[in-house]
Amino acid sequence: MRTRLSDDELAVRDAFHGFFENECPSSMVRHAGEANGFDRGLWDAVAAMGAPGMALPESAGGADASLSDLAVVAEVAGAHLAPVPLIEHAVAARAIHRAGGYDDVVAELAAGSRIATLALRPPVDGIARLVPAGAVADVVVSPSGTGLSLTQTSPDGERIPNTADLPLADRDVRSASELTGDLDHQQQALNEWRAVTAVAYVGLGQRAIELGVAYAKERTQFDVLIGTFQAIQHGYADAATQLEGARLLSYRAVWAVETGQPDASRLAGMALLFASQAARFATDRSLQYHGGYGFSEEYDIQLYHRHATSWVLQLGDPSLELARLADAEFGPRQSAPQNAGMI
Amino acid sequence: MDFSFPPAAEEFRREVQAFLAEHLTEEMIASTHDGTVHAPALHSAMAERGWLSGPVPEELGGGGRSALESVVLNEEMQLARAPIDAMAVTIVVAAILLEHANDTVKETVVPRLLDGTALGCFGYTEPESGSDVAAASTKAVRDGDEWVINGAKMWTTMAHIADYVILLTRTDPDVAKHKGLTFFLVPLDTPGIEIQPVPTMATERSNATFYDDVRLSDQWRVGEVNGGWAVMKTALKYERGIAGGQFPSPPVIDAAVDWARNHVRPDGTHPIDDPAVRERLMKALIDVEVCRGFAYHCADLANEGVMFGVEGSMTKLFASESYKRHCREFHDLMGADGLLTHEAPDAHLGGRIEENLRHSPVTAIYGGTSEINRNLVAEVHLGLPRMR
Repeated sequence: MRTRLSDDELAVRDAFHGFFENECPSSMVRHAGEANGFDRGLWDAVAAMGAPGMALPESAGGADASLSDLAVVAEVAGAHLAPVPLIEHAVAARAIHRAGGYDDVVAELAAGSRIATLALRPPVDGIARLVPAGAVADVVVSPSGTGLSLTQTSPDGERIPNTADLPLADRDVRSASELTGDLDHQQQALNEWRAVTAVAYVGLGQRAIELGVAYAKERTQFDVLIGTFQAIQHGYADAATQLEGARLLSYRAVWAVETGQPDASRLAGMALLFASQAARFATDRSLQYHGGYGFSEEYDIQLYHRHATSWVLQLGDPSLELARLADAEFGPRQSAPQNAGMI
Repeated sequence: MDFSFPPAAEEFRREVQAFLAEHLTEEMIASTHDGTVHAPALHSAMAERGWLSGPVPEELGGGGRSALESVVLNEEMQLARAPIDAMAVTIVVAAILLEHANDTVKETVVPRLLDGTALGCFGYTEPESGSDVAAASTKAVRDGDEWVINGAKMWTTMAHIADYVILLTRTDPDVAKHKGLTFFLVPLDTPGIEIQPVPTMATERSNATFYDDVRLSDQWRVGEVNGGWAVMKTALKYERGIAGGQFPSPPVIDAAVDWARNHVRPDGTHPIDDPAVRERLMKALIDVEVCRGFAYHCADLANEGVMFGVEGSMTKLFASESYKRHCREFHDLMGADGLLTHEAPDAHLGGRIEENLRHSPVTAIYGGTSEINRNLVAEVHLGLPRMR
């Protein structure tokens, strides 16, 4: 039992924290948002760091890192709202490698010379709607029946306007070929996305609190720093507590998904729901305590607020995720009244 | 990150589960309705196995079980609804004494606390000082080799069945308030002590205790004269770390699921098939997993010898506030039937949810209110300015 990061994980975190501090200022996030939600230069730099393929085996061109290591990178990328589809790419590449048979594609993905993504919802009439990184991904892995399909087509680079200016686009997957018919593979890919995205949410939420705490230590009203007001202190204390809980649950989910624990799917869904809620609460409090400036385009907290709202919705209505968990927990729902005739 | 359990902890969990299946009875659980949250037979059986001394560090003379095993013991007992209050408080008192008391007390009192023959209780809070615990005004005045104690304490829960109270007193009124405090271990049969019951809105009773010229020899002093604040920090460390309270919700959620599956609504449906009910239950189960993460995290820190403080505050804040919410939501779920107390013949599962609903407010108050814990998180974890 080790709830904290290992020395190796800390080294990975420190390296990537420094990297994103230097390479990904909030001006880059804004600039990407005005274009298609993606920064090619940052992606190339991330690729030079080895991140896109880090969680693939060395034999496939990766660095043999664990899903935990990937999550550690996702946490700092999330804290910086990095406009690169690191999680979707890594999870899709792992799914393709797991299924086997596309070594050349996996090698390109490991190097980051092509970009992959994971459609989180099954396509309807051959169209995968609002695919994460759909505007920029060359390879789309999508759920199909009980398995996964693979589509290799050029993206058109145009995103659909959306809340956080993410590179969302519809993708035509009618020409998809079957990658695997194994339901376990489909669930593993989605659970990896859930768990690692939950960790990214923790990074986002904690940075939102840092921004707000820094502001509360310099903003004066009524002749005192607003950080001295207990109303504000307690709002941030609640947010920090939720995020610490989210961090511990999300790390546990990543560990469970990586090591194939029987409750991996349950923990992954729980972690995503709780971490997204905690991050949304943190960004809500931080924006509120920024006052009018929080609503202005100029301050960064609004970027965090919009991203916190968006990431989880790519999977769908959170109520559907709760319903999925409830079905596994309590059995399927009986929709019709059982004794209706007796009333 | 590695959340696997060491085999020894897994084995200990199975051992605790088997023990509780054999020794914990519904009668014991119901016995707390008279207001005393203690089951002597269970306490003795645990002492026999050396489990009371388990959480106390080995170098202090305890059983030296890992912090993770202590959490497992707490977790399984709370999941099984075992009465743990008197036991947990006694263990904390023993740990405080081992860290701060003189050898005589360590050799004569501590073994009795850990073998189950004596119970301890807390004497910190006063009628005029609760959250501001360092403002205690119960006076201890030196008289030769003796001390004379005068004052009153509130919320000395379990004092009516306990043998000792660990008492916070003022020994110097002329210095900063936290620099003039001294702790004593007071045998509750010492002349001059009066114990009066304090009934509560829930089933438990508490006590007010009064000290009228209580004379004690200096050997009962715990820690340095005017060094009481250091002892207080130890006390809170153990209380928030060892004493449990991380898993109050599971028995309530179990009861809610049972109700939701079996109750038939006027339209003929079961609540368990209502998406809104399923959402509430799932969200509560997520909160339980969050509590589990906090509990294991505190244990991991303790195992590594890291002195945790703010983590204990976060754990208690989240566990108690979410527990209150669960009680409220599942009390609502039962509608009018939720109002039935354990005394009503057909109360669902002996009125479990109703009883928890009435108990739940105190969990966000005792051992440090939610507001005090939020202050600590804001000041220590976030570095916001201290205003008190």
